[in-house]
Amino acid sequence: MAAVATAAPPIEARGLVKRYGELTAVDHVDLTVEAGSVYGYLGPNGAGKTTSLRMLLGLIRPDEGSARLFGHDPLEEGAAALDGVAGFVEAPRFYPYLSGRRNLELMAALDGGDAADRIDAALETVGLAGRDGDKVKGYSHGMKQRLGIGAALLRDPRLLLLDEPTTGLDPAGMRDMRELVRRLAADGITVLLSSHLMGEVEELCDRVAIVRSGRVIYEGELDALLHRASGQAQGWRLRTTDDQAAWDVCSYRPGLSDLTAGRDGLTFAADEREVAQLSLALARRDIAIVALVPAVASLEQLFFELTEGEEPA
Amino acid sequence: MSTPEFAATAAAARTTTEAAVASRRRPSTATIYRWELLKLRAQKRTFLGLGAAVLVPAIFIVALAANGSGPEEVPFGRYVTETGLATPPVLLLFSSIWLFPLIVALVAGDIVANEDGNGTLKTILTRSADRHQIFLAKLLASFSYAIAALILFAGTGLLLGCLRYGLDPLTSLSGTPIEVGRGLLLLGAALLAYLLPVLTVASIALLLSTVTRNSAAAVVGTLMFSLILQIVGIISGLESIRPYLLSTQFDAWQGLLRDPIDWAPIARSLWVCALYAVPSLTAALLVFMRRDVTGG
Repeated sequence: MAAVATAAPPIEARGLVKRYGELTAVDHVDLTVEAGSVYGYLGPNGAGKTTSLRMLLGLIRPDEGSARLFGHDPLEEGAAALDGVAGFVEAPRFYPYLSGRRNLELMAALDGGDAADRIDAALETVGLAGRDGDKVKGYSHGMKQRLGIGAALLRDPRLLLLDEPTTGLDPAGMRDMRELVRRLAADGITVLLSSHLMGEVEELCDRVAIVRSGRVIYEGELDALLHRASGQAQGWRLRTTDDQAAWDVCSYRPGLSDLTAGRDGLTFAADEREVAQLSLALARRDIAIVALVPAVASLEQLFFELTEGEEPA
Repeated sequence: MSTPEFAATAAAARTTTEAAVASRRRPSTATIYRWELLKLRAQKRTFLGLGAAVLVPAIFIVALAANGSGPEEVPFGRYVTETGLATPPVLLLFSSIWLFPLIVALVAGDIVANEDGNGTLKTILTRSADRHQIFLAKLLASFSYAIAALILFAGTGLLLGCLRYGLDPLTSLSGTPIEVGRGLLLLGAALLAYLLPVLTVASIALLLSTVTRNSAAAVVGTLMFSLILQIVGIISGLESIRPYLLSTQFDAWQGLLRDPIDWAPIARSLWVCALYAVPSLTAALLVFMRRDVTGG
């Protein structure tokens, strides 16, 4: 059993299905998160991200398929399968009538008591050391979010599942939270990060899965996704000293397509050779180029393309 | 937020507990139970129930003092102004219709549903405690609260009754005198007998709390169930089922205050209450073990 636990990936889900009546919330999801990875789990609201996370943690019973954490199935092995695993799904929830510290003491007790001596460090880490005596009902959303991270860290996790961890935090809090995630990842903790903030995912994650209507529609390296998308687009943005004259030049060049004019200049699609020819043609007409840059697709654009287009069959 | 402190602590902890991570220490059910009690102690509704358990006997004694005589139509009613020992039995008779089901349901009907509604069930179910341990701890906490409420209720009645009317021998339901020492002993036994249907009501409330996931529905549902059984118990033509109604078991303790003691209602109460409680708890446990936790 111990050998299985060491060799098995932190997360391995196969054919996960969850139905609510007619609605299939999660549709045959396969997911493998390797150790040391910071894995982004993306999708629009209602795509089935949270349901998937709940199934991973054993909170929801899948209709089909199985989920294993370090080789252990939470539904078969109960709490033992969650050893080394921490995190929260949706907003972290605590007992409002207890103080932040008391809540963490309760969490530590539910973890067997070992974590009790890490409470001070956890409170310090999430910036709640001065407010730990206050009842949680008086906490802001951001403070509850921080307490959620603190409660997760008490478990000294090897795998951290975080559902929208920066939601409700102020800019400084978001920055600190990302820094914390980066640092934890550097310490060797595997992170599954569900987020709708594309910048956050781009900044933190090395691998992503994009879900839509319960299905994983993309899974792979983040760099590969960005590279694939920019390769497909071959888009360029052009700003000149005389955009109207530049438009005339561009519109007569057969190698250019999808020419559009906007407030920030012109955009078009072309290969690099044609772009070089275009720059010479503009110079010949005394039109100076202010900017000529490849229009690289952002993750956000890709996300919308993947999740808002026509439904896959 | 600064990470180095935690990172250092966590790293140190990781080296020392690396081996332990694969099999983390489990909390004992006793630990979880202690925390359930602590949570109850921090909630207003707990004190609402316990407050009622103190207030009702106090109101009863004040009303009795103002009226000058006891409620003669009920067992021990005529003796309440003669000895404080008669106060708890009369209070038990009055409280069985709605007061104790309500006091018990306030906590037992809320103990799972509240966590579900607040989303804290997912919080505790993703720690190192197994579901059956959490269920058992909640069950024990509900029962502990019910026991505390009953002790407070009878204790307050006895104390105030004795302060007002003295501690004199009690007259049994058979008309024979019962000495104070034996009377206290029998009163204790009567409370134990009364506890059987009280804990059964708690079991039903816990089932409703688990199934409905709604505190108000569970509390009201428990109270409705209790009242319906009371009504069924007074409908003429249904006498044959009366001994098997849960509501009837609230009177079983009276057998202890007869001379000689009539054990038959106590024995029947044992198995009739088990008939209600065991399926309720089994169903509640099965639902709790298999349920999808979607709240919060």
